[in-house]
Amino acid sequence: MLDLIYQIFPHMEKFGNEFVASIFQTFWMVILSGVISFFIGTFFGVVLTVTKKDGIMQNKIVYTLIDKAINVIRSIPFIILIIMVIPLSRIIVGTGIGVSGAIIPLIFGTVPFFARQIETAIAEVDKGLIEAAQSMGSSPIELIFRVYLKESIPSIARVTMVTAVNLVGLTAMAGAVGAGGLGDFAIRYGHQRAMTDMTYACVLVILLMVSIIQMIGNIIIRKTTH
Amino acid sequence: MICLENVSKTFQTRERNVHAVKNVDLEIHEHEIFGLIGFSGAGKSTLIRCINLLERPTEGKVWIGKTELMSLNEKELRDVRKKIGMIFQHFNLMKSRTVFENVAFGLKGSGLKKEEIKKKVLSLLEMVELKDRADSYPSQLSGGQKQRVAIARALANDPKVLLCDEATSALDPQTTQSILKLLKKVNQDLGITIVLITHEMAVIKEICDRVGVMEDGQIKEIGEVVEIFANPQEEITKNFVATTSNLSKIYDLIHENAEITQLKKNEQMVLLGYSSENANQALISKVSRENNVDANIIFGNVEVLHQKSFGNLVVTFNGQKEDIRSALDKLEKYGVKVEVIKNA
Repeated sequence: MLDLIYQIFPHMEKFGNEFVASIFQTFWMVILSGVISFFIGTFFGVVLTVTKKDGIMQNKIVYTLIDKAINVIRSIPFIILIIMVIPLSRIIVGTGIGVSGAIIPLIFGTVPFFARQIETAIAEVDKGLIEAAQSMGSSPIELIFRVYLKESIPSIARVTMVTAVNLVGLTAMAGAVGAGGLGDFAIRYGHQRAMTDMTYACVLVILLMVSIIQMIGNIIIRKTTH
Repeated sequence: MICLENVSKTFQTRERNVHAVKNVDLEIHEHEIFGLIGFSGAGKSTLIRCINLLERPTEGKVWIGKTELMSLNEKELRDVRKKIGMIFQHFNLMKSRTVFENVAFGLKGSGLKKEEIKKKVLSLLEMVELKDRADSYPSQLSGGQKQRVAIARALANDPKVLLCDEATSALDPQTTQSILKLLKKVNQDLGITIVLITHEMAVIKEICDRVGVMEDGQIKEIGEVVEIFANPQEEITKNFVATTSNLSKIYDLIHENAEITQLKKNEQMVLLGYSSENANQALISKVSRENNVDANIIFGNVEVLHQKSFGNLVVTFNGQKEDIRSALDKLEKYGVKVEVIKNA
């Protein structure tokens, strides 16, 4: 098995350990920033929905504030965003480099996108359902959890999948500023040292990650759509 | 039971204010089935939502029993809403929940134990004859079944009032009948006061005790259904009553000069309106005999409502002019409304 791998990827013999370490770095970046972004993004997505005009907790100031903030952050190219939040990252996690240093920039890169996605996912919930739940005496909190979120689980799974795939792409970019991971590995070995086989090895692993994410997403969607 | 006092609802749009409901006073009695009829845009949907404050009136008071809803805080209002069931035109069932879970939705936080909830939900499903579909999802049900689930769900918290917002408008005539029957049963067996809105006079005719006719945000006419049908006063009410009979067809036929409306010499076509008092008597054959005229009934529509019958007949009389006149006079004397619609 190993022989076969060394045959296809000749440089793996020498840099295999570092390659495996990069896989784990990417994996951890995706999981950590993904889970945190999921909750923060869902929160802001829900807040956007309920504070919107004619929403169940209409609040123009809150809505406009979040709406504009999302637009601003989303319009900053990610590579610049990374540099911008390094000081903030130092304050929160104590470092601007490595996997830990990449978490905050990744969250900043993911949350605005995800919040928008959640907003559209929740918007698919029929207003009639909200009305029906209100007529049964549901409180705003119940409406959020028992109707908005519960009824849009398939849509939320779908947008989470899209965002997670997106996030894998971002981690590669975060690699460029010293976060490590497969992106960093591909640049340092595949590109700068012209080991094309290592580039392909990175692509292969990332492809595998994306496929697994999509598979999980599709299973959830299938199980929750009735 | 339900009392609306001077209720108005104004929607503000960018261009102008829309007065959906204007100064409506309305009293709905306990245990009755009250119908509100109106064309789309008449404000009936807004008005029914004013009863449970899904739409908060711009002004006015809303009484349910001894509670005035406008003065309640959010929490109190939610508790009152649990005692007012509501069903909708498009059913509004939760797609991600089974039939059982949909019915159980409103029972969360009611203090009932899991076992009690199960028992309650199953008995409700039994009442709407869907016990065997408890584990189905709404997407697997037909329109009529969905509305039955919605009714069971609306009754879960033992409400005193059931609001029906165009509950049968998305259903075919047969299914409509079965849903109306179920509503009637709910009303009679559980003593629940029902307020329904519709644009179909047939629905009103089928189950309502009293009806209000809405137009332009106001209730134009209100009364017992029998009375409204037999003796509509307002133009809009007459229009609605006309929709339930095919009487208007006769005017089209006259306009087209169809064969059955062509008159020979000495003939006169009249429209006779019967009310419940004189519908049982053999008036036509009586005047025909006594006044020496022939009567040919060419068109008719007789309703039976709450065991009372009334309706209209289009009759062509044949005979001497004076004889026809005295025949018509006699009919009028018996309380029949007579309208000459065509002379030879």
